[in-house]
Amino acid sequence: MSEMERQSMDVDIVCVGFGPAMGGFLTTLSRGLMNPDGTPAVESAVMPGMPPQVICYERADDIAAGVSGVVSKARGIRETFPDFDPAQVPLCAEVTHEKVAYLLDPHGASRRQDLLDIKDGLIRTFGKHLPFCGEHSVELPWIPPFLRKEPGLVFSLGQFNQWVGAQVMAEGVAQVWPGMPVDKALVEDGRVVGVRLVDQGVTKQGEPDAGYMPGMDIKAALTVIGDGPVGPVGRGLDDAMGMPHGHTRRDWALGMKMVVDLPESCTLPEGFVLHTFGYPEPDIFGFLYVLPGRVASLGIFVPSWLDIPVRTAYRYLQHWITHPYLWQHLKGGVMRSWGAKSLLESGRRGEPWLVGDGYARIGEGSGTTNVLTGSGVDEAWTSGVQLAEGVLELLRAGKPFSRANLKEAYVARRRASHLEAEAKVAEKSRDGFGKGFIQGLMGMALTGFTEGKLNMCGDHRAPHERVPTLEETYYPQIPAAELARMREECRAKGEALHDAVMDRVGWPKIEYDGQLLVSHQDALLLGGKVQAPFGYADHVVFVDPQLCEECGEKICIDMCSGQAITMNPEAGVPLFDREKCVHCGACLWNCSKAHPNDPEKTNVDFRAGAGGLHSAEN
Amino acid sequence: MSAGYHIVVCGGIVPDPLQTLEPVKGPAGWGLKNELMLPAILDPWAGHALFEAANLAKNAPGSKVWLVSMGPKAKLQQVMMTIAQKVPFELVVLDGPAGGFVEAQAVGTALAEAIEAIPGLDKSRLLVFGGWMSASRGAGATLQIVGEKLGIFEQFQGVDKLEVQSGGALRLLERVEGGSYQESTLDGPPAVVGWATGELPEPPNNPQVGMQNMRLVMPALQKAKPVKVEGGPEYLSVQVPSQKRETRVVKDTPVDEIAKEIVDWLKA
Repeated sequence: MSEMERQSMDVDIVCVGFGPAMGGFLTTLSRGLMNPDGTPAVESAVMPGMPPQVICYERADDIAAGVSGVVSKARGIRETFPDFDPAQVPLCAEVTHEKVAYLLDPHGASRRQDLLDIKDGLIRTFGKHLPFCGEHSVELPWIPPFLRKEPGLVFSLGQFNQWVGAQVMAEGVAQVWPGMPVDKALVEDGRVVGVRLVDQGVTKQGEPDAGYMPGMDIKAALTVIGDGPVGPVGRGLDDAMGMPHGHTRRDWALGMKMVVDLPESCTLPEGFVLHTFGYPEPDIFGFLYVLPGRVASLGIFVPSWLDIPVRTAYRYLQHWITHPYLWQHLKGGVMRSWGAKSLLESGRRGEPWLVGDGYARIGEGSGTTNVLTGSGVDEAWTSGVQLAEGVLELLRAGKPFSRANLKEAYVARRRASHLEAEAKVAEKSRDGFGKGFIQGLMGMALTGFTEGKLNMCGDHRAPHERVPTLEETYYPQIPAAELARMREECRAKGEALHDAVMDRVGWPKIEYDGQLLVSHQDALLLGGKVQAPFGYADHVVFVDPQLCEECGEKICIDMCSGQAITMNPEAGVPLFDREKCVHCGACLWNCSKAHPNDPEKTNVDFRAGAGGLHSAEN
Repeated sequence: MSAGYHIVVCGGIVPDPLQTLEPVKGPAGWGLKNELMLPAILDPWAGHALFEAANLAKNAPGSKVWLVSMGPKAKLQQVMMTIAQKVPFELVVLDGPAGGFVEAQAVGTALAEAIEAIPGLDKSRLLVFGGWMSASRGAGATLQIVGEKLGIFEQFQGVDKLEVQSGGALRLLERVEGGSYQESTLDGPPAVVGWATGELPEPPNNPQVGMQNMRLVMPALQKAKPVKVEGGPEYLSVQVPSQKRETRVVKDTPVDEIAKEIVDWLKA
């Protein structure tokens, strides 16, 4: 396709992605761009006499489209809003109670190390005589300080983003536009000069169609990238600039979450925070936060080190909900919304070049997630605030947004802050999980109690290097011939393998109640709706179809949060239906085949796309 | 008409229609459960009115479009971020409730007052557009009341087509029973047009339109006039239709079988 002439627009600062990092950036920046008397503190270079023109593009159709429950110490957020009153934000409360519980497997279907089986046996035998032991569970009598969130906040990230967006808009300085995906950063001679918006009016393959409108080029002196862990602009920049030596993005997790109306019988108090581990697979973590109005946000994290090639977060979530320890509180509850999101758990190890000529990175895509403390929102927010402070400093001094200046103004701030100190401590905290669940817990404890001085060494291979075949995983439980037959049957029916395999290894069927326990497709309908605007190219692309043909695992199908990637009865290359894609990005990092040209990537590409899941409530 | 039209679109925000909506009685009367948590969109009917208005204005030089919207300011801000990228308009904001429980008379009066107060509005060229119905409350009376308060008695409801004829006359097609249209011809403005679905699709997002709009949208939101709605009806009980979905994913079902199933369902 020949290059079309594109419209171009000049602004001062262009931003990509509206999440907590961008919230922190725009809030802080907006406050500094105007004087108290309403005159611009700094003049726009593209519109003299006006304050700098700041524009932020967000892919989703709303700045609060996703469903997400968060517990956070909220230090950075409270520094920005010293008089923060949780009651200002719907679904926000102070943390009042915290619990960590180890869940035993009531069905005997999960994959547990022998040592863990022995420990579970001892708990079952002697637990009834011990305090803290309940039905198939053990509540930790003491929570390690590095995991504690008090005095923190539980809130809905969607509602918080909406509240922050309203504050930013009220300042009247920055514009936030949802429903507008950014294709890539524009790089000229090693300098980022702005961004290109995605083409509209194209076929699924990206070819011009009726109403073709080439994506506009937005030119800016500074491009701020906060498009999260699977954002195509940040990842494209990583391709263009390379990653710092030794930095990789190999540790991920998929968070699948629900907002639930708790039943009348539930006695859990507002501000209650529960974290679980041990079930449905030992290294799948769960969380439940009680928000105001008898609403709970709950869900699980399925990590990249879970070496089971057949896995679905949705079914695991349902098994977790129905565990006796949780079901006693949740039975009779009603799902209000549902959603999923990838988390970049590499933390500081996945940090890209934070700045360059004309650009800066903030938020989760810049490696702010702290895997030891299990937090990321406040860290992302803080990184945005730090960049805004640096940008204001440069604007006031009339200095250009060069790599050197941004390094001094932003990176130096970040390096000197608690964000960096805590990220360093957490850097190797989860390496042990690569070896096994018990080693993982020991590693976390070792790191946590020594503040990162000692760490458990671990297996740190990329997911596609470590995922075993189905035959290896289930030997001798399921004979290879039977697996081959199951695979063929599922392919013919166009179904994923995970349900068949989970049934076969002893997981009980989920009994739908039509309220909280519903089919995956009903969750997609009842828990939200997928926005897939017409006229955009497909954003999930199978790079080398031949590799997909030969793939025996097809984890992309099993782990697809919206069942948007499905088995193709005709051939081995999966089908993709963006009408169901929730944009979680799990396909990107769960794929068990390496990219043909880059072993740090997989055979699935996740490009810029409009829409995604709009949760029924945030 | 060489001078073009002054088109005022009345369009509120509503909870995104695929929400679970549950009425609850609070201290201020009936509302929706978790109303502030619900994502909001521009009322789909009002959306059609806005897109038709923008198209008419584009083809009639000298025209201007205002969007007059009543809703909670914080929610309106977010909706406008999306709408402002679609078509050019100037925003007039009334900071008030948008849950659908306020009496049409009160809403109509507030909107009419806001329209009267628009500086430079030429009533001889005025077309008041809006949704024939609303996703929050299908009373279908608000727009009529707005027209009456403004002294405009040429009113058309359920409109799918508006054509400007040579000489400036307006030809309108209103929906009537059985999928037919009632055709009317009007000499010219002023008129009130309650749109059904119109003929235009939702325009794609256009950043330049957005940039142009947002320079006016943001001050308008800051200047939003609070509207306190008092009185109105007292509802004894409120019920919204319950959402019932029975989803099945079935592949390779013959067309005849699907058709039969639908017919059986309709007959049941």
